[in-house]
Amino acid sequence: MSQTGIIPEFVRRQSFIELDGRKRAQSLFDEGTWKELVGPFDRMESPWLPLQGVAPQFDDGCIVIKGKIGGMAAVAIALEGAFQGGSIGEVSGAKMTAALDLATKDSKTGKRTAAILLLETGGVRLQEANLGLAAVAEVISSVLALRPHAPVITLIAGTVGCFGGMSLAAGVSSYVVMTREARLGLNGPEVIEQESGIDEFDSSDRTLIWAIHGGEQRVGMGLADALVEDDAGKIKATIRGYVQADLPLEYRSQQVEFYRDRVTALDTSEQINPMSLRQRWSNKTTGGLR
Amino acid sequence: MSEHIGLRGRAWFQALTGKNQPASGDPGTVLVTEARIGDEPALFLCVVPDPAGRFPCVRDGQVGLEEAFTLAHHLRRVITEDREKPKGQKRPVIAIVDVKSQAYGRREETAGIFFAAAASADAYASARMAGHPVISLVAGQAFSGGFLTHGYQANRILSFDDSGIVIHAMHKEAAARITRRSVAELEELGHEIAPMSYDVRDYAKLGLLYKLLHVDDPLHPTTADTEAVRHDLIDAIQDARRGATDLSNWLRSDAAKQTRRAGIAVRAALEAQWQNT
Amino acid sequence: MEQIEFDYPAAKRSITKRAHVGVVGSGDMEVLMEPTQSEGAHVSITTSVDGFQSTWKAVFDRFFSKFDGAVRVQINDAGATPGSVMLRLEQAVEVINQ
Repeated sequence: MSQTGIIPEFVRRQSFIELDGRKRAQSLFDEGTWKELVGPFDRMESPWLPLQGVAPQFDDGCIVIKGKIGGMAAVAIALEGAFQGGSIGEVSGAKMTAALDLATKDSKTGKRTAAILLLETGGVRLQEANLGLAAVAEVISSVLALRPHAPVITLIAGTVGCFGGMSLAAGVSSYVVMTREARLGLNGPEVIEQESGIDEFDSSDRTLIWAIHGGEQRVGMGLADALVEDDAGKIKATIRGYVQADLPLEYRSQQVEFYRDRVTALDTSEQINPMSLRQRWSNKTTGGLR
Repeated sequence: MSEHIGLRGRAWFQALTGKNQPASGDPGTVLVTEARIGDEPALFLCVVPDPAGRFPCVRDGQVGLEEAFTLAHHLRRVITEDREKPKGQKRPVIAIVDVKSQAYGRREETAGIFFAAAASADAYASARMAGHPVISLVAGQAFSGGFLTHGYQANRILSFDDSGIVIHAMHKEAAARITRRSVAELEELGHEIAPMSYDVRDYAKLGLLYKLLHVDDPLHPTTADTEAVRHDLIDAIQDARRGATDLSNWLRSDAAKQTRRAGIAVRAALEAQWQNT
Repeated sequence: MEQIEFDYPAAKRSITKRAHVGVVGSGDMEVLMEPTQSEGAHVSITTSVDGFQSTWKAVFDRFFSKFDGAVRVQINDAGATPGSVMLRLEQAVEVINQ
């Protein structure tokens, strides 16, 4: 009798969220086909953090893994949410941009190379402020350069979520995959409460937070493409599907008139009810054909 | 300085184009027009405060949902109109930047401002990649998400050099609170650590600026000032046309080779290791 | 921010594998453990928490009383407890011994 026959499903399920950034990235690849590039042994750290008494990390919180997914070339770039909130600094931003640009170069010469961005990030690393911000602009540019040639898939699993400037990288991706636990937005609840007051956003209201930023809402309102369970096997399969898919003819972030009209139609006299917005906006606008 | 947000942007939009009103159908927060620069027409874009705006968190010069989609709309219109033109004839795009930040509002988060901002960045980058020279003139403030949405996808970035210019990821007061320093300590730190500085002359050390411009009173441009800045914009347009349509020029300046050497080194290392897999 | 160095010249056993363990989260640390060319083991610690030199020494004295590999150990630390440090070192040794 096989062991798997008597172990319940919920025990066998491997949580993706419990994996660190490195293991998450590794888990997406076909077995034995992947290799980490510029990993911790290369010691390419932030030059700015030690100047401010902050301990650096050997990989600067960004893990680049190249290999095959479903037999096709792919690169995964993961931000480690536990290090400085997954924030973008000079080095981590450069790793991300360089990997995207190399995938573009290969894709243009006939070796289509998809990119998967595993985004657990609060955005720009404050201790590197303007270099982090410029790096985010460069990442956005590099995603847009790769996108016509190969799929760029953003995967947000939680618990940090994807906030700040990197949410724009998610917004221009070919596909966005989220768990229920994951969140996606430009400003997190604490920032809104800080800047605009507790009536604008009570950052202790968890129900409100997930109603607005959570994976189920983002997928439901058509700003993300797939809602997945926190299961490494299922996430791997979902990503593989997008890596192997044909390239879309049009991308969500190109559909300006459609979304501009939707914004014009919003009643701004009160706060917007997230559930009714989900119902109004719920026809799917994935990266694929409409 | 904060009371001048948006005023410098509007002043320079008017000085360079002669116009000061939104286009028909656009919200009061976005000024867009076509105007001549040198011997060709260019698209000028500026986001400004509008106390009568529909979205309460956007009235002081933040970049919100309507602003992002309006910018994207005009950019895509120009890309489409110029699609068949040879590269040298694609209209330049000039973003005049004086924005307090992105909008910090619940309505904005609910309706997906991250995505609106992405659509605008996409449109700016698409114009650049299609061969339009995209030039940003930082006339006042350029903060985080606001700058990412409006101006930070440019081929060339120009800025005035006075203390009314602030380019940064987070306002001083918030940054001071988060890093548990006084504002004075934060300013001091910026002199040691260039990427943290609020002074545009330190920002210039990062190698991202094409040129620092000097004007005696940026809030009140004279005819001579306007002519000089126009000349600098034309120079930037020509330089952009000579170069690539990506952002690679950001890393080629002497300043970047110094302050961004860690980023340059990691890019080289990644490229070397990529070839071997 | 402190930089702390230790040497353990008696740790001479030749090692062939390398290990990386941990994440530099608040209250945590990461360690690189690699074979070294020189005789004996060398430890370098970069820590954002000052004033614990003797605590670090106690942990490493204890570690190298049980482990004799000639390794270069490099740590980035953001306030891990001695117990966590020892755990990370043991995890690294497990990888090296595989």
